[in-house]
Amino acid sequence: MPASPFDYHAPATVAEALSTLGALGEDAKVLAGGQSLVPLLTLRLVRPAAVVDIHGLDELRGVRFDGNTLELGALVRHRALELGEGPLGACPLLQEAAALIGNVRVRAMGTIGGSLAHADPAAELPAVIRALDGVLVARGPAGERTIPAAEFFTGLLSTSLRPGELLVAVRLPLPAGRVGYAVEEFTRRAGDFAIVAVMAAVELDGAGRTSRVRVAIAGAGPAPVRLAGVERALAGVEPSEQAFRQAVADQRLEIEPDDDVHASADYRRHLTRVLTARALVRAAARAAKGAGA
Amino acid sequence: MTELTIAFTLNGERREVRAAAHETLLTLLRDGLGATEVKDGCGEGVCGTCTVLLDGEPVSSCLLLAARAAGRRVTTVRGLAPVDSPATMKSQPVGSLSPLQQAFVTHGAAQCGFCTPGMLLTAHAFLQQHPRPTRDDIRRAISGNLCRCTGYAKIIDAIEAASAGDAAPAGSAGGRHEG
Repeated sequence: MPASPFDYHAPATVAEALSTLGALGEDAKVLAGGQSLVPLLTLRLVRPAAVVDIHGLDELRGVRFDGNTLELGALVRHRALELGEGPLGACPLLQEAAALIGNVRVRAMGTIGGSLAHADPAAELPAVIRALDGVLVARGPAGERTIPAAEFFTGLLSTSLRPGELLVAVRLPLPAGRVGYAVEEFTRRAGDFAIVAVMAAVELDGAGRTSRVRVAIAGAGPAPVRLAGVERALAGVEPSEQAFRQAVADQRLEIEPDDDVHASADYRRHLTRVLTARALVRAAARAAKGAGA
Repeated sequence: MTELTIAFTLNGERREVRAAAHETLLTLLRDGLGATEVKDGCGEGVCGTCTVLLDGEPVSSCLLLAARAAGRRVTTVRGLAPVDSPATMKSQPVGSLSPLQQAFVTHGAAQCGFCTPGMLLTAHAFLQQHPRPTRDDIRRAISGNLCRCTGYAKIIDAIEAASAGDAAPAGSAGGRHEG
């Protein structure tokens, strides 16, 4: 079905985009890579009066790494993350997760800002940003503000972006030293949204014990969540498959899965435990090798 | 509603068309320009039969607003053939296939044929980047293109045959219009 007709704006600068968004208010939808919004338009699940296409905002394509923080412009494409070239090589978790997004065509067009602002509960990148305590940078009529990932994803397809605001960048503070990352996800077919996806980061101290463990889950609730109980239980332990399995078995999981056509809530809880243990084993092995990924 | 003038290159030919801003590249190509070799499948970017190359990279034309083609090179399956164009199509029904297309013919890699244009474009772009793939690499490469006849084995055979390991050197696996 064709989309409902809309007015189309293609601003050339962020300043122009913000003034357009400000003038249009809630009638406008922001179009980035279009891989989530265009199907919503052609299925007529959304019928905005106006679309603000931000693909011309070249100032949002930059990637910088200063040795501590990786900053990605909102229009960095999944394909670039998957290839992990240049400064993107600093974050192997981003690379491993991006390779699992949709299909090659989605990755060619889709952008990190689009995925984060759309906030699909089963999407990979929101969970990566949550696992790594990313900070979202939004610009709006009142200027620029930063939003921690924990406060950004507020529910199903919902974020704390305000009307008139544009997500312009995401900052990832990356740990130095012995750190390893891993992604585990279960899908029924290649390219499907994950039934459950796990993003894990394990940091080891000089003695080879865990100094910090972080785990974020997608697909088991309205928004990505951290397994805070598992993380606390696994701080300062000797990393082993046994320890990881024990922690995921003993701890309450902060997930809120629902039954749906793809899987029952119980099955999602089961997957979360199994995949978390697997991801931690792989992440810890990578940290021990000092390989990152 | 906004109407736009969109200028782009389609299979090596410059085109300039008027289109509504809410139109996708898929409907512009099929309904506006008669490029019915681009198939309309799921309309949600999942099945891959509407694949076109945008500056050499596979994209779902059903998920691309036509306006986004402005200034870009769009290649459909017709653009893969070395001496193919709408003008010569009728006079050259055979003998104008790329090595990859020929491999699909040789290996019988089409049943109903509906997925074939998307398969060819995806495989073409993949072979440009990975001239010597393994069969597993090929499987992963076409995992976003669905064949509902489930004729995957022969499709993989054909792509393998067209790779540098067999039929053609890496550079010649494709047509003139992109890469």
